[in-house]
Amino acid sequence: MEQQEKEFRLNVTRRHFLTKAGLGLGGAALGGLLFKDQFMGVDSQAAMQLGVAQFAPKAKRIIYLFQNGAPSQLETFDHKPLLNKMHGEELPASIRMGQRLTGMTSNQEKFPLVGSTFNFAQYGQSGAWVSELFPHMASIVDDLCFIKTMHTEAINHDPALTFFQTGAQQGNRPSMGAWMSYGLGSENSNLPSYCVLLSRGRGNGQGVYSKLWTNGFLDSVHQGVVFSSGEDPVLYLNNPDGHDKQSRRDMLDMLAQFNASSFENIGDPEIKTRIQQYEMSYRMQSAVPELTDFSKESNTTIKLYGPDCLVPGTYAANCLLARKLSESGVRFVQLYHQGWDTHGNLEGDMRMQAEDVDRASAGLIKDLKQRGLLDETLVIWGGEFGRTNYCQGKLTKDSYGRDHHPKCFSLWMAGGGTKPGTVYGETDEFGYNIAKDPVSVHDFHATVLHLMGINHEQLTYKHLGRRYRLTDIAGEVVQGVIA
Amino acid sequence: MKLRSIEPISTKKVYFFSAFLIALLTGVAFFFMREKSVGDEIPDVVDFNFHVRPILSDRCFKCHGPDANKREAELRLDKEEGAFAALKDDPSHHVIVPGDPMASALYTRIVSADTSEMMPPPSSNLSLSKREIEILKKWIQQGAKYKKHWAFIPPAKSTVPEVDEDYNPRNEIDHFIFKKLDEVGLEPNGEADKNALLKRVCMDITGLPPTIEMQEKFLRDQSPNAYEKIVDELLTSKHYGEKMAIPWMDLARYADSHGYQDDGYRTMWPWRDWVIHAFNQNYPYSTFITWQLAGDLLANPSKEMFLATGFNRNHKITQEGGVIDEEYRIEYVTDRTNTFGKAFMSITLECAKCHDHKYDPVSQKDYFSMFAFFNQVPEKGLVGDIQLASPGDPPNMKITSEDVKTVMNFINKKDTSPVVVMVMKDSAGIRPTQVLRRGNYDQPTDTVEMNTPAGILGFNTAKFEKNRLGLAKWMIDPKNPLTSRVFVNRIWNEFFGRGLVKTVGDFGMQGELPSHPELLDWLAVDFMEKGWDIKRLVKMIVTSSTYRQSTKRSPEKLQADPENKYLSYYPRLRLSAELQRDLILSAAGILNKEIGGPSVKPYQPNGVWESTTSGRGELARYVQDKGEKLYRRGLYNFIKRTAPPPALLIMDASTRDQCEVTRSRTNTPLQALVLMNDPQVLEAARVLAQNTANLNVSAEEKLKKLFQLILCRQPNKKEMEMLQDYFTQEKNKFNQNKIKASSFIKAGEYKQIKTKDLGETAALMQINQLLFNLDETTVK
Repeated sequence: MEQQEKEFRLNVTRRHFLTKAGLGLGGAALGGLLFKDQFMGVDSQAAMQLGVAQFAPKAKRIIYLFQNGAPSQLETFDHKPLLNKMHGEELPASIRMGQRLTGMTSNQEKFPLVGSTFNFAQYGQSGAWVSELFPHMASIVDDLCFIKTMHTEAINHDPALTFFQTGAQQGNRPSMGAWMSYGLGSENSNLPSYCVLLSRGRGNGQGVYSKLWTNGFLDSVHQGVVFSSGEDPVLYLNNPDGHDKQSRRDMLDMLAQFNASSFENIGDPEIKTRIQQYEMSYRMQSAVPELTDFSKESNTTIKLYGPDCLVPGTYAANCLLARKLSESGVRFVQLYHQGWDTHGNLEGDMRMQAEDVDRASAGLIKDLKQRGLLDETLVIWGGEFGRTNYCQGKLTKDSYGRDHHPKCFSLWMAGGGTKPGTVYGETDEFGYNIAKDPVSVHDFHATVLHLMGINHEQLTYKHLGRRYRLTDIAGEVVQGVIA
Repeated sequence: MKLRSIEPISTKKVYFFSAFLIALLTGVAFFFMREKSVGDEIPDVVDFNFHVRPILSDRCFKCHGPDANKREAELRLDKEEGAFAALKDDPSHHVIVPGDPMASALYTRIVSADTSEMMPPPSSNLSLSKREIEILKKWIQQGAKYKKHWAFIPPAKSTVPEVDEDYNPRNEIDHFIFKKLDEVGLEPNGEADKNALLKRVCMDITGLPPTIEMQEKFLRDQSPNAYEKIVDELLTSKHYGEKMAIPWMDLARYADSHGYQDDGYRTMWPWRDWVIHAFNQNYPYSTFITWQLAGDLLANPSKEMFLATGFNRNHKITQEGGVIDEEYRIEYVTDRTNTFGKAFMSITLECAKCHDHKYDPVSQKDYFSMFAFFNQVPEKGLVGDIQLASPGDPPNMKITSEDVKTVMNFINKKDTSPVVVMVMKDSAGIRPTQVLRRGNYDQPTDTVEMNTPAGILGFNTAKFEKNRLGLAKWMIDPKNPLTSRVFVNRIWNEFFGRGLVKTVGDFGMQGELPSHPELLDWLAVDFMEKGWDIKRLVKMIVTSSTYRQSTKRSPEKLQADPENKYLSYYPRLRLSAELQRDLILSAAGILNKEIGGPSVKPYQPNGVWESTTSGRGELARYVQDKGEKLYRRGLYNFIKRTAPPPALLIMDASTRDQCEVTRSRTNTPLQALVLMNDPQVLEAARVLAQNTANLNVSAEEKLKKLFQLILCRQPNKKEMEMLQDYFTQEKNKFNQNKIKASSFIKAGEYKQIKTKDLGETAALMQINQLLFNLDETTVK
């Protein structure tokens, strides 16, 4: 059962969080490379086939700016003048083609088309369309790679989010970040390989769930570690009151002495691992506050992200923190920003949401670029599905809303080996169906894994008799977005 | 022949060197020191079940197995008829010619270097090792005999083997285990010392550490059955049911919220109280599962029987406004069906929802025939949005104070208002069940009847009713090959940290083979013969010499059997998330031993619920409990599915999203942070320190007592010296900085206890913190 054994080893060598620090090799070596060294002479080639750097990765790290609640493609990047022309007219049945609707609009008698209230213009060399809500993103379109033709199978938030993050609508499968952690390990011995940052906008919010950053059936070391804006940036990080660094050091020394004597008596290697883990927790206690402390950031940097970045817990602050974590070698930084669920009062909500995310999202790209990190960092911006081209509820003069729409929506990627200044795929004139080059969620996952140097069909884990993949049984790499 | 011997020397050196380096530095040596591990040899007699099928199943069945839709070249290797047939595209050749590998296409294709011929094909990403190829060759040479998959043949007792009396075998378990050890050239360890054994058996049976009185009484008791007396005493403790309930709650995906987006409140806790009660009453396993599966269908069911059926309503339920009702109703039925497969049969039924099972004899039609049993509930996919959601969607039962006083006095309900629990019920007529194409709710195809997979055990309608009660009877039928084996294996896993079948949730062809097949079968048959008596099984395990071994392991043992599959020592296992908490609170003397009742909300870092919630429903904000509720056992911790208690999750607890039969056992820095910085642990250290400071004994006695409470044994001389040094150092430090000392001892809401000497109290608290964090404290 060698294949099984390989998966077992890959999982178990990672079972001890940040194991390689114990090898004293520091943060420089890639988890994958180190892993290869560890198995030299066993069957290193076979171990590599599991997905660890099967070809030169274009990206080393990912920052995923998830726009939770599903921003409307028709108010962001997918310009559809026909909708303005046909404003108020009924959605033709020939376009809808019997698409199933959510419980929120399935009883609606009319489906009046609604044009965006926001103006669009083309920007940059690429001529990408961006709505007036996102001037900062508009200024960097030549660094971005838009996909206009994402589509999904789910029509409600929970299953759609879960699908995007785990490759399945139901079931507790490992999330994208957990797969990366499993396949590639961490670059930094003092930080988790998968970090999660949460923020909430002023629009209609839908919540997030820990299953979105779950390790699923992989070991729990691959679980996303949530950073919070509260007193403890990582849960339980701070020493108790009355305890300083020195008292902690003293206690750890004492613990190590006791544990070492247990090891002498019993010979259980897990005891040594435990000593290591305590030492790592100590290093984490210094490493994390250094990252969450923005006081040393220059004014130029602050300006890039906007003044909100100094308010802990905001989207802007999370973007800056994401850059710092990623720069320090965190493999996968996952942001969630709530508030995009614009069933009603779309105009007001979109304005607020855009205001909160536009500058910082663009700022992150600019910041990575000026640091020379954009090439090796893949940044992704997008939500879980799109929004309908028809109005939810009654279309009035000053207000409209849009329901969930799975058949097309937009996202963008930047850096990490994606083709800059690209607009991939086309939707129809109604912004309802895909006209050219559809990209499914599985295709998207396959592409992201490819950019990380992993063949999505080969990064597998056998659980209860079946070999699972992030891409389940589908997924084609979208060559058109790769540089 | 040992394959390793053909490796070039130079490679071996590197291998040894890196193994050594890693062993030295990380302690994860066991994966690399496989040079002399047992079980790598090519067996003299190749057995289909043990050697051949695992290879065929894992590497070939995907295209040449039971799934007719995905079968390539019309060739199936899972059945003899297929394997011995002439090739479809070349009738002059045969797939397997017994006795003649070179005439067998199976063999020539797997050794072919031609990529167009080679099997498995390169595009499959699968390959065979040299050893595996050798095994297949030898099997063909020896006549290519097929056998039915071991788990689908009803178990039978084999003769208990003779073993060396020097090893002190106490019961049949030892005979089987020691015999195997002998075969692989290992010897069992001797008995653990009394303290270690006492802690182990206490943590395993009640989940609570032995008190100092228990420790001393046991040490004094020199009678030959001193240990058996302790076991009997522990088995009558009410805390036994709590301990046994924890893995059952994982399996039953118990939670206090509905799950999914808005994640509203639910009140299934009376069902959990019933589980504790059922274990304490030692209901036979057959009764235990019959009531949970079909209590409502029994003749004149009692309220208790109805309550037990809550098992099948513990799945998640959505309250997301826009969902399509039928899509989610199908999802709930799916969850029940999959849970049934995993929990009771250890078969991955869910694989057959979208297509025929690729490995096991479960077709998609079989899946939906099972599904049909669970598809009769008058329930909705979406009852209403979160504002309308109730803590218990219909069908449900109301439990009143009168019930709790009379027929269900095991329910810990103090509130006078009735509590609503979701239970099972079948609609009046039969709801037809269709096979769903690719498992999609909106693509029904052929209608199916309630039935079970014939490859496991057919559903004899003369014997079994066509409903869940019939299904329950089918499960506990003596001919059912799985039910008893699966449960016995799960209990074994609880006590030894590894099942006799390691893949506790998969007994199918893709699962691992049993390490001790004869023992597993012997225990499974014995369990049924003795009336499915769970306490008896537990007692048999914990009184075996195998269980009573010490944990000491030599480098030779580690090398020969890195996973300790053969149990030549007792595996040292980290306590589960809940039990770590219980041990700390219990040692500190602040554990609230109340049993059952609504789940509680102890300390939790700020913002865990608030940063994830949609803002709707009564669980949007975490309102921490006060007073005694802070000190309940870990299993009563409120589980909100979308944001489970972080301290438990970090310690590998289940999220309760779906049925889980095993937890991972990791060792991480985040766990270190919890144990060092969680206010719950600090408070326990503080209260224990204050109470100890007030004892009228010497500092040495105080330290000794703390050690004994937390480690469940006396410190040795060296340990005592280390403790004293550390105590003196910390005391001096705190004496020099009273501000630090007083802020340190503020931890927790438990009432402050006045002590005379602040420095001493803080130093004692520091000692407790140290002891709580010792590796030995956290293992059994």
